[in-house]
Amino acid sequence: MKAIRHLILKDILLEWKQKYAINGILLYIISTIFLCSLAFEGLLEPNTWNALFWVVLLFAAVNAISKSFVQENPGRQVYYYSVARPQDIILAKIVYNILLMCVLSILFYIIFTLFLGNFVQNQVLFFLCFFIGSIGLASLFTMISAIASRTSNNFALMAILGFPIILPLLLLLIKISKTAIQQASWQGTGGLIVAMTGINLIIIVLSYLLFPYLWRE
Amino acid sequence: MDSFKRHWWKGLGVILLIYTIIAGFLIQVPDLPIIHQSIRNLFFHVCMWFSMIFYFGVSMVYSIRYLSGFKEDNDRVADEASHVGLLFGLLGIVTGMIWANFTWGKPWVNDPQLNGAAVSILVYLAYRVLRNSLDEEHKRAKVSAVYNIFAFVILVIFLFILPKMAEGSLHPGKGKDETMTVKELDNTMRLVFYPAIIGWIILGGWILQLRIRIRKLSDQAFED
Repeated sequence: MKAIRHLILKDILLEWKQKYAINGILLYIISTIFLCSLAFEGLLEPNTWNALFWVVLLFAAVNAISKSFVQENPGRQVYYYSVARPQDIILAKIVYNILLMCVLSILFYIIFTLFLGNFVQNQVLFFLCFFIGSIGLASLFTMISAIASRTSNNFALMAILGFPIILPLLLLLIKISKTAIQQASWQGTGGLIVAMTGINLIIIVLSYLLFPYLWRE
Repeated sequence: MDSFKRHWWKGLGVILLIYTIIAGFLIQVPDLPIIHQSIRNLFFHVCMWFSMIFYFGVSMVYSIRYLSGFKEDNDRVADEASHVGLLFGLLGIVTGMIWANFTWGKPWVNDPQLNGAAVSILVYLAYRVLRNSLDEEHKRAKVSAVYNIFAFVILVIFLFILPKMAEGSLHPGKGKDETMTVKELDNTMRLVFYPAIIGWIILGGWILQLRIRIRKLSDQAFED
């Protein structure tokens, strides 16, 4: 537990010290949304808005998380290996990325609303949905970035490896947020939210079990 | 006698497939609206998907075995089984497209079954790309085994929840439009359908065995 806390703090400090990374992601989000607002002018209806929201957020997530295991040099990685269990390392990374994704997606939501308007009727459901969604995106792409970081072209592989398996989660998210846009009630979303939480748990458990094999070399 | 013990299953597979082809084209099938005689494609198209998932499953099981002992043989099986699974997947798509073109008027429609199939194939194509982008043998075996297990588990969940989420499927027996359910599947058709599944899976096993042998030989030749 203590190791995990230290590793998370280390990541936050590192992020704070090299602000260019997070600023880069923010700028990426702003310019993508701005681009969409120009390209989709006059075309936006609730369903398009919803689809665009998740697709842009997906790309933002890939961008933000792809550097998880490559920003630090191999020497430092060996050092972590000697002082911490691999399970601690992956859990710390997942928690850190979840925090990062939550902050990013709230900012994302605000910027998106500013440029492209807001069609959501049930705000609480929508927030819950993209909170669980951020957890899912963060944990899945953390593991994928761990896999991709072992190869030489990290970023391209992130998308190739990640997109097919993010699909179940993304479809669930789109379905729930569609409900939040169309109606103010919660009707028919309970099962979907449980399913989504279940998928998140499975992703985290699998990462916990499988990461040690990636780490040891 | 000894060779019979080792090879009987290949014979069984061949007999089952010959039976599938002959009976599949000759038996009396129920004349359902829209599908008509094209229902005979059930013995080919649907079996392709069963075999595909079966061999992706085999690939995943051997990835687990690789990670628990790091034996090179298990990695080889996992790799080749993914090839066999992909072969069945592509054949499944081709036979499906012919069928869809006949019954629905176009080769590709937005349908949960089709999406599931497309995603399975994308996952294992990604697995192949991942393997090819790693040079060092042990690293390749380990990293791709991890991805194989991770992706397969999520894939199974996906195939499980996807049809439930959909508002209805064009495939008979799934969703709300129930022109034909599996329960109602004609009894004479069952007599061909089940042997057909076993036959195609055995054929896949034979292909897999040959591929592994070729692979072993080429690995040996490379080392010498």
